Amino acid sequence: MGKIYTFLKYFFITVWTVFVVAPFLWALTTSFKDFNSVNGGATYIPWVDFEPKLEGWKVLIKSPANGGVDIIEPYFNSLFVTCTASLISIVLGTLSAYALSRYTFKAGFVKNNDITFFFISQRIMPPIVLSIPFFLFLGSINLLDSLIGLIVVYIVLLMPIAVWIMVDFFNKVPREIDETALIDGCNPYQAFFKVVLPNSIPGLIVAGMFCIIFGWIDFFFAFILTFTEVQLLPVKIVALNSSITPWWSLSASALVSVAPLIVVAFIVERYLSKGNLSGAIK
Amino acid sequence: MNLVAENLNYKPDDQFHLNEVSFNFKKGNIYTILGRTLSGKTTLLKTIAGLLTPDSGSMKFEDRDFLKVPVWERNIAMVYQQFINYPHLNVYENVAFPLKQRKIDNHEINDVVLKSLKSVGLEGYENRKIQELSGGQQQRVSLARSLVKNAKILLLDEPLVNLDYKLREQLREEFKNIFSQGLSEESIVIFSTTDPREAMELNGEVIAIDEGKVLQVGPAKEIFENPKTLKVAEISNDPPMNILNANIDSNKIKFEGIEIDAPNHLSNLKDKNFNLGIRASDILLSDSGFEFEVELAEISGSETLLHLKRGDVKIITSIEEVMNFNINDKVKINFDTKKVYAFNESGILASSPFGGSYV
Repeated sequence: MGKIYTFLKYFFITVWTVFVVAPFLWALTTSFKDFNSVNGGATYIPWVDFEPKLEGWKVLIKSPANGGVDIIEPYFNSLFVTCTASLISIVLGTLSAYALSRYTFKAGFVKNNDITFFFISQRIMPPIVLSIPFFLFLGSINLLDSLIGLIVVYIVLLMPIAVWIMVDFFNKVPREIDETALIDGCNPYQAFFKVVLPNSIPGLIVAGMFCIIFGWIDFFFAFILTFTEVQLLPVKIVALNSSITPWWSLSASALVSVAPLIVVAFIVERYLSKGNLSGAIK
Repeated sequence: MNLVAENLNYKPDDQFHLNEVSFNFKKGNIYTILGRTLSGKTTLLKTIAGLLTPDSGSMKFEDRDFLKVPVWERNIAMVYQQFINYPHLNVYENVAFPLKQRKIDNHEINDVVLKSLKSVGLEGYENRKIQELSGGQQQRVSLARSLVKNAKILLLDEPLVNLDYKLREQLREEFKNIFSQGLSEESIVIFSTTDPREAMELNGEVIAIDEGKVLQVGPAKEIFENPKTLKVAEISNDPPMNILNANIDSNKIKFEGIEIDAPNHLSNLKDKNFNLGIRASDILLSDSGFEFEVELAEISGSETLLHLKRGDVKIITSIEEVMNFNINDKVKINFDTKKVYAFNESGILASSPFGGSYV
């Protein structure tokens, strides 16, 4: 019984890993190929199946005039927009979540849970429903096709995630810890910053990770709300696909665009495995 | 200079958590709040701490309106029933936290913290993480943290209840030691518990509380010997006091076909119908006694608790040795009538073996 279970477990893990890794392998090998190797069929082993070339990677840093793919500017635009929007969302979201978790709000029939649900309900609607209001709103304040406009929209999209995760997290941090901090001479702000926040690092990391991922991969709003001035990375990559960019440049661009998420995943994995919260309460 | 409260009321939902609670706590004393779960003990402690604001009533300490002082300026310490510590700090940092908050010199903090850790028996654990400690050790850390502050008011909310039996006994002894030597004349200790034995052992002033209402205040011995009402008798005895509906007529106690001679302290009462209270330990097995049927026998530690039945009368007796009984066995018992309490029909103590009466 145990052996069969172990076998099945590793069998499915292996199948899944192949399924997940295969596209990356394809992109990675393709990025080192040239015209002849690409047309030579599905080959995967460098130096044996094909002769690796760096042409695909070189175009990433070349200027468009010299045949480059011009992803550097969109790359930094994306980094800037994602990081700024995530940071603001985490700060605002954490503060709101703490308030929702610890204080009682009441406005008619609206209570804490309703407010929390209101936040997440922003994410329940299909994005296309929000696109026209966002478009008109940004148009009316002259922020269409600008980085600031995108940041504003992304905060609206990301903050609900931060609130949702952090409310859940703070609800699990025993209220008695805050109370003990108050008793030990902290005012409510010190209790939050000196005691509650240091114990919430795992939650902050998870919330931050989700914000960064959702911000980084968003194509829809970046596509609708920008025209010529500003371009974000996902839009640029898709644009490359529809133009006459060779396969090897496209593959290299795609790999570079997922790199930040891979870095985030490794950092998060490190932190989460430490498991910081146990022992707060027995 | 005392901690004085008048008519505190707190009713967050349709039940009173505090109902007209008044008290006058003097410095240098230990007060034990005795009551069952959900009787309002924690609410009362949190109100004193300032974590809850009562709906009405007043509280004064050192000539200040205490209800207007925010928690962090009250100079109190509190130990919770759950072991609450700061999980991101190690043992030393946990104990030093309240002192650092007061911006005290680091050398001085060091001395005080080490001394305090020593007094709770955690020398050498300074650099341990909280998560690495056992429950008892965690509770000692929070005790040490509350002791370093030299707080004017020390609140202990059922600090022993989540510990296992052995640790509980051990820590209870330590509490007594710490209270007897370490406390200055300047502080008030308030200890809440559900366990009457704990209240008796601490031997301070006991406040019996139920449904948010203070039922009786007095020295532990007085509460034990002369409980004012049936409710107090119930709270202050474990196993609970047996209550029998009985008739006392011409110096005879009569119930369920049993007739016993009434002892002196029950012989000159005006009424006839009483609720008689008798402790489980005052009912003895005796061959010349009255026949009861065993409903349940539990062995707890070195005692046997027998649940007995005769007609509609159900009683519990505790026997000071381990004995085996089968359900439906017949046993014969006798009552130590010298130790019987009489409460009148509305539950007020009419006569106690120790001479108390509230009628």
